[in-house]
Order: sequence, then structure tokens, then C-alpha cells
Amino acid sequence: MSDIRIIGAAPATRRRRRVPVGVAIALGVLALVVLAAAFGNLLFDEAMRQDVLSSTLPPGSPAHPFGTDELGRDVLQMAVAGTASALVGPVVVAIGSMLLGVILGTLAGYEKGWLDTLIGRWTDLLLAVPVLLAAIVVSGVMGGGYWVTVALLVVLFSPSDIRIVRAGVLEQSARPYIEAAQMLSLSRWRVMFRHILPNVTSLVVTNMMLNVAFALVAFSSLSFLGVGVAPGTADWGRQLTDGRAIMFQNPAAVFLPALLIVVVAVCVNLVGDWIGQRLSQVGEEVR
Amino acid sequence: MLAARVLGVLGVLFVLSIIVFAMMYLAPGDIVKNLLGNRPANPDVVAAVREQYRLDDPVVVQYLTWLKGFVTGDFGESIRLQVPVAQAIGDRIAITAALCGLAFLVSVIVAVPLGVRSAVKAGGWVDRAGNALSILGLSAPTFAIGLVLLYLFAYYVPIFPVYGGGDGGLDTLRHLVLPAVTLALGLGAIIVKLTRTAMLRELESDYVTFARSRGLGERMVRRIALRNAAIPIVTGASLVLTFLVGGTVLAETTYALPGIGTLLQDSVLFKDIAVVQSLTLLVAVVIAVIALLADLAYLLLDPRVSRTLGARA
Repeated sequence: MSDIRIIGAAPATRRRRRVPVGVAIALGVLALVVLAAAFGNLLFDEAMRQDVLSSTLPPGSPAHPFGTDELGRDVLQMAVAGTASALVGPVVVAIGSMLLGVILGTLAGYEKGWLDTLIGRWTDLLLAVPVLLAAIVVSGVMGGGYWVTVALLVVLFSPSDIRIVRAGVLEQSARPYIEAAQMLSLSRWRVMFRHILPNVTSLVVTNMMLNVAFALVAFSSLSFLGVGVAPGTADWGRQLTDGRAIMFQNPAAVFLPALLIVVVAVCVNLVGDWIGQRLSQVGEEVR
Repeated sequence: MLAARVLGVLGVLFVLSIIVFAMMYLAPGDIVKNLLGNRPANPDVVAAVREQYRLDDPVVVQYLTWLKGFVTGDFGESIRLQVPVAQAIGDRIAITAALCGLAFLVSVIVAVPLGVRSAVKAGGWVDRAGNALSILGLSAPTFAIGLVLLYLFAYYVPIFPVYGGGDGGLDTLRHLVLPAVTLALGLGAIIVKLTRTAMLRELESDYVTFARSRGLGERMVRRIALRNAAIPIVTGASLVLTFLVGGTVLAETTYALPGIGTLLQDSVLFKDIAVVQSLTLLVAVVIAVIALLADLAYLLLDPRVSRTLGARA
């Protein structure tokens, strides 16, 4: 008998009204991280100007709670200073691929026909390419740099956005209100972006949040492989890679940035899942 | 349907091969210099390289020559290792295959039962623990997990080697334990999520309620449901595969394993274009073949699909 309860899990909606503790903590952490990204650069100059001849210090010294790295720079300061570089790329990637997804996905789902086929083939092609492999190869061989990597990841991340938006638009465009809008002979652009788009927003936003987390992981992976972020930049992935050489003198040089990456990715995932649940519930009430 | 699918795959590979070929031109710097690497550039060698890649012919001829070489197994020469690319890849492919195979095995053995249990007892502690683990597994980059394990096993519990590929046989297997576990964590996270979602959907369907109301044992019900859930799980194979490709590069780099992943990374950083081209295209071919096999697995898993196919044939 006890196994039947999972079938009707309906009454859970009322409890979710309040922000769960885990999500609240995640939101707090993300707020802190955004602050660090905004103002962390102020620390960067100071961190870089430190005595580069002093040797690696283990964590726990009073002046440097997390020790210093291979150039004698303070690990904590470097991590705070690296927040911006670690965060801006993934956020831009998520927003960029969302915009691509909204435009191409809406066109494919609403216009159908050859445009849909073309965009469909394009997403098929991109989905067959492993993101990390493509990013390593392209930005490695072309000698990319930060913004080339961002542009590349925007393109590589877009197929999931395109597919999700397209499916949502297909579902919406069969509804009576769209028929009504077409009867009023509104322009197709107006129908697409003023009438259909607001109704697929929940899908778009949820997927964007998840993409931020994935992009964060992808970015740091690329820095770890020595691709993407230039040496000397304050960046979590870079810091971690450089820290590997002194891992046994000062483990914090590796594990502080690693921990930050994991914590931020987990928080973004939690908040993303929560937003997804909230928005999909709102949608259900309207129906 | 199947013929169209094969054609589609060939189309994707064709487009990719053009992109991969174009890499030679897109790499910054002089093309002959790039292909020479740090070999001395006397006129004879330059002429030999121009001849080998047909650089004086039209681009289409160059592409066809290159593609012909690739198809017949002549991948060119690695400028970094000074050996044929095929040999460089052949020397290293076994360890990567073993790593991926091991990681896949471990993750499936752990993740599928965990996903099933999470779905059956949704909301229970196994489900919540599994969910937390899979969020962590998806959020933690492979190398971060790898570095933590590396530190633990190098410092506190030195029972597994953390560096290099060993001397073959059992020793290599011992060297592969930590990289495989590292890779399996991320892989397992994806598989747990796929399995849980698929199982939940099946368990909510009418046939399960009916089977239960007929008094079928819970074990039996689960077996029937899992069989139906297997289709979306196998469909997710492409997701798993693309993760595995990137993950291998990271895991091998973390543990300094002499496999395909480190070969790719070193070659990219050295701009050893022939190796990068061959590896990229090889990976694409492998992915395409496995995706096709996953489609064929449908036929085994879902009798309805093979019946409609048979009717059409």
C-alpha cells in the first residue's frame, strides 16, 4: 500500500510557497559571489603587487589565512579577485545562448517549413559535437582567448535552448489565443514575440540558469587544460591549474578555487531548479 | 527510418570533416610553418610538405586528398612526436578505452539501481541523498573531483597510485581505479537523473497501477517498469557520451595518464594540427557509431518499433 502514495503527490504545492532553506542559503551565497565579482577587482592590483619573491606559504599564517601561491600572492585575495573572470563568462554564455535560442527557436517553432528543417539540422549537428572537445580544439588551435571562448560556448550551448523554445512555441501556437491574434491580422513578429514568447518564459529562464552552472564548469575545465584564460589572469580555473604545482606545499591554492567553483555551481543549480518549479506552477494556475 | 538516420549521420560527419579540414587554414600563422612544426625549414622539406598536402592544388583537391588519407588510415605525421599519427593514437587508445569502459561500468552498476530506488521511494532518504549526489556530480567539474581524490589518496590513504599509466596488465588496472572513479561520479550523476525521471514517469502510468491492482509483486512491477524506462535512458546515451569525451580529457590530465585525452591536450597546446584533426574526426565517428547503436538498441527494447519497421520494409 505504502507505494501508492507516490502517484498522487499533489498537496505539495502549498508548502512550496515559502522559500526552502537550501534555496535561501544558495541565494545568499550567490549574492555574496556577485558582490565579490563586482568589487573583487579592487583587490586584484594589491594581490598582484605583492612581493613576488617570497615563497609559497602554507595556509594558517596570520597575514595569509589560505597561504600564498607559487608567486607569493595571497590565495584568498586572488580567489576574490578571480570571481569576476570566473562568473562573467558563464553568465554571458548563458544569456547569449538564450537569445540565440529564443530567436531561432521561436522562428523554427512558429514558421515551420524549410526554416524549421534548417534550424533542426543545425541543432542536430551541434548536439553531435562534445562541447568540451570542440572548445579545446577551436580555442586551442586558433589561440582564442577569453572572448573567443565565450562566443564559441554561446554557439555550442544554443542547441538545447533552441530545442526547448521550439517545443514550447509549437505547443503554444496551437492554442486559441494565437488563432485569435492571427485573426486580428497582427504581424507575425508581433504574434511571435509579444504573444507567444511571454508564455514560454519559464522554460527559457530555467534553462538559462542551468546553463550558467554548466558554463561555469566548462569554463573552469578549459582553464584547467590551459585553454581560454591567459596566464597571469585572476581566475578560479587558472588559479587552480597554477596551484597544482604547489599542491602539497599549499593545498588551499588548489582547493579554495575548486570549492568555490563547486559551491557556486551547486547554488546556481538549486536556484535554477527552484525557479523552474515556481514558474511551472504559476503556469499551471493560469491554465 | 533507419536508412534516413544513417544518411543523417553521414551528413553530419561530412560537414564536420570540412570544418576539421578547415582548421589547418584557420590556425593563425603560416600554413607551411604550422605543418612543419620545429623541423628545420629548408626548401626540400617545405616542398615535401607542399607536395604531401597538395598545397599548390585547388582547395577541393586538398580536401579530397586529406579525406582519402583519413579514410584509408593515413592520418599524416605528428610534428610533436615525430611518428605517424596513426601510431601515436594506436599506442594510447587502449588506456583510454579501458578508462572509459571501466568508468561506464562502475557508473551504470551504481547509478541505475540508485535511480530506480530513488523513483520507487520518491521523497525518501535514498532519493534525497541520490538527488544531492547527482547535483554535486553535475556541478563539480571532473578535475575538481579528481584533484580531491588525488590529494586524499596521495597523502592519507596511499593504496592507489595517482600518477601515470603503470606497466600494463594489473598494474595499469590499479592505476586506472582513481581516474575511473573520478569519471564515474559525473557520469553516474547523469545516469541517476535519467533513470529516476524515466522510472517516475513509468511508475505513474496506468499499466503499473493495473499491475499492482492485479496483485503483482512489487519486484515484478519494477522489472516491467524498468524495461519500459530503458528506452528514454538509452536515448540519453548521447548525453552520457558527450560528457565522457570531455571527462576523459580532464581525468587523464589530472592523473597524467598517457591516453588519447592527454594526447589531444598536448597536441592542441603544441598546435600539432594533424593529430588534432585526426582525433577530432575519430571521436566524431565513434560518437556517431555509438549513437546509431543506441538507436538499434530501441529495436531490442521496444518490440513496437521493430514491428512498425518490419511493416514498412
